[in-house]
Order: sequence, then C-alpha cells, then structure tokens
Amino acid sequence: MMDSKQKYILHLADNALILGQRIAEWCGHGPVLEQDIALTNMSLDLIGQSRLYYQYLADLGGNGKTEDDFAFMRKEHEYLNCLLVEQPNGDFGKTIVRQFFYDVFHFLQLELLSRGNDEQLTAIALKSLKEVKYHLNYSSKWVVRLGDGTEESNARAQKAVNTLWKYTGELFEWTEYEKEAIAAGIFPEPDKLENEWANKVHQVLDEAHLQVPELPYMQTGGKNGRHTEHMGYILTELQYMQRAYPGLEW
Amino acid sequence: MKLYEVFIRSKAGLHHKHAGSLHASDPQMAIQNARDVYCRRNEGVSIWVVESEHITASNPEDQEALFDPAEDKIYRHPTFYDVPDGVKHL
Repeated sequence: MMDSKQKYILHLADNALILGQRIAEWCGHGPVLEQDIALTNMSLDLIGQSRLYYQYLADLGGNGKTEDDFAFMRKEHEYLNCLLVEQPNGDFGKTIVRQFFYDVFHFLQLELLSRGNDEQLTAIALKSLKEVKYHLNYSSKWVVRLGDGTEESNARAQKAVNTLWKYTGELFEWTEYEKEAIAAGIFPEPDKLENEWANKVHQVLDEAHLQVPELPYMQTGGKNGRHTEHMGYILTELQYMQRAYPGLEW
Repeated sequence: MKLYEVFIRSKAGLHHKHAGSLHASDPQMAIQNARDVYCRRNEGVSIWVVESEHITASNPEDQEALFDPAEDKIYRHPTFYDVPDGVKHL
C-alpha cells in the first residue's frame, strides 16, 4: 500500500506522463514543422518531469519497483492523473486550449511546491518551473492568436473551451492525499491557487475574445483513478512495448 | 505565415550568427519557433529574428564588380608586412 505522500507524488507523475503522451501523439502530425517540433519539445519536458517523480517514488518504495514499473505496468484505475490531461488532442486548437488550462495550473502548482518542505519535490519543482514557464508562454500566446484570429480559428477555440471547461474544476478539488500533502507542508497553502488560475485564464480568454461557458457541474474522478473512456486507449499505446516484451530496455 | 531569418548568439561575447529560417505569423512566434527549432541542444543564449523580406541582399550578378577588385590588394592583409625585429608583444 502506498501512503498519502507516495500517492501525491504518483499523481504529479501521472499528470506529467499522460499529458506528455498525449502531446507526443502530435509527433509527425503537427500543422507545420515548427509547431510539430514545439509540441514534441513540450512532450519531452513533461515525460522528463514524470521520470523525476517516478524515480523519487522508486527510491521511497524500497520494494524493488523501478520507474518503468510505475509508468508502464499499472492498470487504468491505478493512474491518478486528472481528467483534463487525458482528453483527446482534437484539432490543434483543442490541444492548445487543454495545454493552456493545464499550464496555468501547473505553473502555479509548481511555484507552491517549490516552497514546500520536501527537499526532493522542491528541487524537481524548481527545475520544472523553467520548462513550464515556457509552456505557459507558448500556449497563452497561441490561445490569443487562435481566438483573435479568423472566424474559423475563433469558433474552433471556443468549441474547445466549451468542451474542456468541465474538466477544470477537478484541478482544485483536493483529494485526501492532496489534503495531507497540504497539511504536511509539502504543497503549502494553495488557498489562492484557484482564484489566481481563474484570473489568468479569464484575462487571456478575454484578450482572445473567447467566452467562459456557464456549466452547472464539473466532471471529476481522475485523481482518484476514475477515468474517462479515453484513458484505456492511451495506456494501450503507452504500455504496448512493456506488455509485449516485459523488461525491455533501450 | 511569413518567412523569418534566425540569428543565434552561441555564448556571451560572441556575435549572432545566421542559423536558418522558419515560418511564423508574428515576431513573438518566430522567437518561440526559433527556440524550439534551433536551440534544442544548447546552441544559444540569445536569439534575433528578422522578417526575410526586410533583408536587402547583394545581387549575384554584381559579384565580380563587388568582390573581384579586392583580389589583388594583398597589402590589405597583415601577413603582407614583415614585422621588424625590434617589435615586441605582437
């Protein structure tokens, strides 16, 4: 059994791994070469971050599990990533809006983590912050370009905002393991995080002439292992090599 | 999308050097694209981008008139001169 701190680290790792895997699907399919490379760069940043968390978990575990076991050999309900990061890429606009919603959160989350009292997580957060600052810069500028671009790009970006908005509530719905991380000072005082997220998101969406939809509910569950129907397909592709050739290294 | 030329400074003190070109819709995107396309392996500490159409280039047909006259002016190279024995610290 994992304790709450291990679950919290697993959650951080899974967010990075699944979003990294999602963006990697663009590799070779980007709308233009420059964006293909940009998206793949971000994917590699995120997969690199997930490795740091999984390695830390492997060090803490003491039961011989490696980072690969964590990344590749678990079942769907054992992944603790939020629902937002597992949503399909859709068109470039949807990928960008998903990235933007997550980047704003990710940046603020890492800022708090970097001030926490777990030395290893603080170090990972400080390293990741540099990468995520760029991700946020990239995605927020693209949201404005698409929203404030042509009629079609605006319509597509708006559709993405409408589709993805219901997965943003979960980011701030603290699970038991997050509450314990907050109480322990690992993830210190996120009281203002939701407001700061909303302010930044509204500011950029306003500039992009995009509207926030009014929704009566939010979809949650991923952080406790209850995923959308897309998760199984992601894992099928992600885990294929390790499942087909157990212990494969390269 | 416009074409941009990218110049990268590899480290402080060195000059920016032409790295290549790319497409972008605005200068900010050009900087981001340049970072992603040309600075993946620690190539740079500074990036300049300029729209390709803003570069005025010499005409290849003028090549002879522009460059050939320098060919026989060997005295413009420092190696043309003998250094007198008495000169130190050169």
